[in-house]
Amino acid sequence: MSPLKISWKSIWSKPLSSALNIMLIAFGTGILTILLLASTQISDKLENNSKDIDLVVGAKGSPLQLILSSIYYIDFPTGNIPLKEAQELARSPFVKKAVPLALGDNYNGVRIVGTDRNFVGIYKLKVKEGKFWQNDFETTIGTSVAENLKLKIGDTFYGAHGLTGSTDVHKTHAYKVAGILAPQGNVTDNLILTNISSVWKMHDHEEEKAHNHDEKSEAPEIENKEITSLLIQYRSPMSVVMFPRMVNESTNMQAASPAQESTRLFSLIGVGVDTLQWFAVLIMFIAAISVFVNLYNSLKERSYDLAIMRTLGASRGKLFLIVIAEGIMLTLAGTIIGIVLGHLALQFIGSNQESSQARLSGLIFLGEEAYLFVAGLAIGIFAAIIPAVQAYRSNISKILSKN
Amino acid sequence: MIALNAVSHNYQNGHKIGFKDWQVDDGSQWLLLGASGSGKTTLLHILTGILKPQQGSVIIDGTSIYDLSSKDLDQFRGRNIGIIFQRPHLIKSLSIKENLVMAQSFANLPTDLNRVKEVLTSLGIADKKNAYPSELSHGQLQRVSIARAVINRPTLLIADEPTSSLDDKNAAAVLELLIDQSGINQATLIVATHDKRVKDAFTNTYELS
Repeated sequence: MSPLKISWKSIWSKPLSSALNIMLIAFGTGILTILLLASTQISDKLENNSKDIDLVVGAKGSPLQLILSSIYYIDFPTGNIPLKEAQELARSPFVKKAVPLALGDNYNGVRIVGTDRNFVGIYKLKVKEGKFWQNDFETTIGTSVAENLKLKIGDTFYGAHGLTGSTDVHKTHAYKVAGILAPQGNVTDNLILTNISSVWKMHDHEEEKAHNHDEKSEAPEIENKEITSLLIQYRSPMSVVMFPRMVNESTNMQAASPAQESTRLFSLIGVGVDTLQWFAVLIMFIAAISVFVNLYNSLKERSYDLAIMRTLGASRGKLFLIVIAEGIMLTLAGTIIGIVLGHLALQFIGSNQESSQARLSGLIFLGEEAYLFVAGLAIGIFAAIIPAVQAYRSNISKILSKN
Repeated sequence: MIALNAVSHNYQNGHKIGFKDWQVDDGSQWLLLGASGSGKTTLLHILTGILKPQQGSVIIDGTSIYDLSSKDLDQFRGRNIGIIFQRPHLIKSLSIKENLVMAQSFANLPTDLNRVKEVLTSLGIADKKNAYPSELSHGQLQRVSIARAVINRPTLLIADEPTSSLDDKNAAAVLELLIDQSGINQATLIVATHDKRVKDAFTNTYELS
């Protein structure tokens, strides 16, 4: 009968108060787990989507909005920019790669992105089935799109005007699925890719019908063509200093850095995360006090038991171990349950999320969760140390003679 | 053999108590007599290595027990001394069997379930092996506490007022069990009591004044 088994049995002999302590710890750990997982996944997603893109050039407006619309595909674009000016920028010696984007349509809430083959290079895309888009109205769709909308190669569909909703359908041309992308783990899983001229043709038709969605509804010549934004990869680190200033000062467009804006966005979310974190720490602290009170009270009842154990040959060290192990077992059990609950809760949240772009998963495990174990251990020791020292120091002759 | 040499103890309130020297031969059975407050419990604690006296020495089987380190003394007590208290005081969260196994492991002896069964059988409570202390009667619990005291075959068996809370019949039964068990396990027996009913069973008496 090891001291650990005695601690274990002692926990089971008072199931209600043990369960309360475990629940408190589990609740605190659970919140911390969710925060840790969610904030890591969000920042990973932010980073993953903008990994190889140094700068986005678009119409003037909020830089954050430009990034959200052109990198994460979650907000509305800031407006359009003339293709001619964009092409001039793309030829600049600072630029290694430039990818034009033409947004504006969706199919069942999935955005249709008009772009060129540089998009494939910058996101390192691969096809799982079929091929990349080539001719007008051919599309290559992300893996999640194929899954969620049940599209396969050869299927056709009509795009609708706007970024969400399907009231204003472009009935004149149908898109055709030419290929499906391999899973990329970023935003491209949820996009429909096609060439820019398809997007233009879709809208030219409406312009002919005098549909006034574009302020400059003139003759559709190349000079007057517009795109939404331009994704840029720099040629050298030098460009970081020179290029954005050049764009912002000498053109009618604005340049926004995905890294900067993502950091800014994350620091805004971060305030809420911090608050919740302190809340969870507070719960853990209350749990620690509860474990302490529990052990301290039970020690008063058990002082005679512990004295008897001494008369049976248990050393002071063993009594110390019995009491401290009881505290650690309680908090460690709470920690493990909390981590499991945290993962389950996040998986549940993820499965109920509407936006598939930022879906959270509870099935991802992080190295940082080891710190939660360490924290659980520390709380157990913190709560049990005073009772354990008392058990160690107790004068058994005095306890026994009191009877 | 157990020897008490020039032992005296100072209480915290400054009161000093001295004990006359005492030689206990192996296997003998002694009665320790004294009124309440005469220092019976103090002497028992000194004899069992629980309370270190200010002066004098206690020697059990050639070992001067207060020269041992705290840890060695705990282990020496676990292996060589069995103590029966006035009230049974078993660990409530453990079954009867586990209470006895715990006594074996605290003395650093291997778990020996045959020995557990043997002891419980000799005390007539083998069927209660898997019961918890709360399910047993007072008389049964007192038997378990005797079983726990003899489980490691101690050389010295000490009982502190084992009969004072029992009626005549049970007191006689417990006394008989104690004498039996000390015989079976070849242990020296010391019974401390102020209970007059116990006197007749013993020939050797150490009396506190």
